[in-house]
This record gives sequence, structure tokens and C-alpha cells, in this order.
Amino acid sequence: MPNVAVNPTRMELTRLKGKLRTAQRGHKLLKDKRDELMKQFLETVREVRSLRAEVEEDLMKVHGSFTVASALMSAQALEQALMYPKQSVELTMTFQNVMSVNVPVYDFQTRTKSESDIYPYGFAGTSGELDAAVEALGHVFRKMLKLAQIEKSAQLMAEEIEKTRRRVNALEYVKIPEMQESIKYITMKLEENERANTIRLMKVKDMVLKDAVEERRRKNEEMLANS
Amino acid sequence: MTYSIAVVGDWDSVMGFRALGLETHPVRTPDQAREEIKRLAKTDCAVIYLTETLAKAMPDVLDRYKDELRPAIILIPGREGSLGIGRDNIQRAIERAVGADIL
Repeated sequence: MPNVAVNPTRMELTRLKGKLRTAQRGHKLLKDKRDELMKQFLETVREVRSLRAEVEEDLMKVHGSFTVASALMSAQALEQALMYPKQSVELTMTFQNVMSVNVPVYDFQTRTKSESDIYPYGFAGTSGELDAAVEALGHVFRKMLKLAQIEKSAQLMAEEIEKTRRRVNALEYVKIPEMQESIKYITMKLEENERANTIRLMKVKDMVLKDAVEERRRKNEEMLANS
Repeated sequence: MTYSIAVVGDWDSVMGFRALGLETHPVRTPDQAREEIKRLAKTDCAVIYLTETLAKAMPDVLDRYKDELRPAIILIPGREGSLGIGRDNIQRAIERAVGADIL
């Protein structure tokens, strides 16, 4: 017995069969989507892992050079040197559609074009280590932006995969079996009705035949008596 | 439409980014960082780099913005070195997607 009450009618049966076909097609599509997403996700994740390791390592080196720079300069001088940035970065964000997931693609523009023109301070009051540190950080920053892009993509894809996986499982283990059960129930009920109807007809035929035979016998007896 | 990039962390860790022209937001306590991120999320900020030391104290904020398209909160190691939280987060994303820990 299906746990939801269904009317055992032909119309309901046709409706359910249509629904089942749709569900099965949807299930197949979602499963394909999940597999493809998973493939792309794992690729992205691998990339994220190696890039993150790289960025973390580089960033620690940069932090190290900043430490050296701050040891050679007074804290005030350092703060003053970095206070007003010459460079400014603007980020443009476009979207790429990966299997219906919108993932961001970052691109940045800097205000000053030349690489060597980024130092916001005069060279007189600062140590050379600071220049090196700032330059190194500029290089790491490119990687950091790429990391931001793919890490965010991975997060968004993880969410979508989770959703898709749930849908696939719900269809596969709940919805489709439920409908198949209902269809089976209705077919059986309809066949049962059919058989009941046949039996009823046979019984009626028997009764009618019995009546007819009796009538014939009575007429024959009457004729015999009359002759 | 252009967006800005922000760096949130202790002064020592973020000062270098100021020279690159990123928006730096030096904070001292996780509570300050929390407020700062909430404020930044409402502005046109697309990427927030957050030091792991601060991120450790506020996983709720990371979860809150994880599924949002903007801002992307990316963890970076602070002065103290990497705490491995960034790597754990990738691991968690995998577990979430696959349902099991593979790789």
C-alpha cells in the first residue's frame, strides 16, 4: 500500500505514469549534472590546494621581509611611509557559468601602470628592505587574487553539488519508488475490479441461463401434458 | 562596475597591503573584525582577505558569507604563520560536496 492515498482510477494512473517519466528523466539529468560538477570541483580543489600552499609560503616570506624592514626603521617612520598609497587597485568582477553555477572571475586594474612606480614614499627616509618587501608583496598579490577566485568558485560549487546530490537522492530513493508503488497499487486495484466484473457477468449469465432452461423444461412438460 | 578589495587583520600583517593600494582595515580584536566585515559586505567590496588568527575566533562569519557570491572571504596567514585553517576550509568544502573525505 502506498502511504499516500491515491484514487485507483485510470486518469490517476495516466497522470502518475507521466509524472514518473518526468521524474526519471530529471533524475538522469541531475545525476549527469552532479557528476560533471564533481569533476570540475575536484579539478578546482586541486588547484586551490597547490595555490594556497604556494601563497602561504610566499606570504610568510613577505612577512619576514617586512619584519626585517620594520626592524631597520622606526615604527612611526614605517607607518608614515605606508600611510598614503600611491597605487590603487580596482577590481572588476565578471561571471562564468560552470554547470549553472555562477562563479566569479576577478580582474584588477592598477592606477599606476608601471611596476616600479608603486612605492608610496620617497627613498630617502626608508630602508631598501621595505622596497623589496613591497615588491614581493605585489607579486604575491596576483596569486592571492587568483586564489580568491578559485577558492570562492570551489565554495560555490560545493554548495551546488550538495544541493544537486540531495535532489538526486530524493528522486532516486523517495520520489521514484513512491510513484512506482502507487502505479502498482492502481494497476492491481484496476485488475481486481476487472476480475470482479467478469465474475459478476458470469454469475448473471448463469442465472439467466438457469431461468431459460427452467422455462424451456416447463414448456416441454406442458406440451407433453396437453398431448 | 568596479569593486574594492579589503584586507582585515592586525596592523603588522596588513600594512604591506596598504602600499599596494588595497583597502586595509587594521583591527585588534575579533569583535572589531566582525563589525568591519559586516560593514564591508554591505559596500562594494568583492574580496576580503582575513588573517587566520582572527578567522579562528569567528567561524560563524565565514559560514555566513560562504554561499554568497560577494564578498569572498579568503584567509591568509598573518604574521604569526599559517594555522592551517585555510586548508581545513578546503577540506570541509570537499566533505560537504562529496559527503565523505576523499583525496
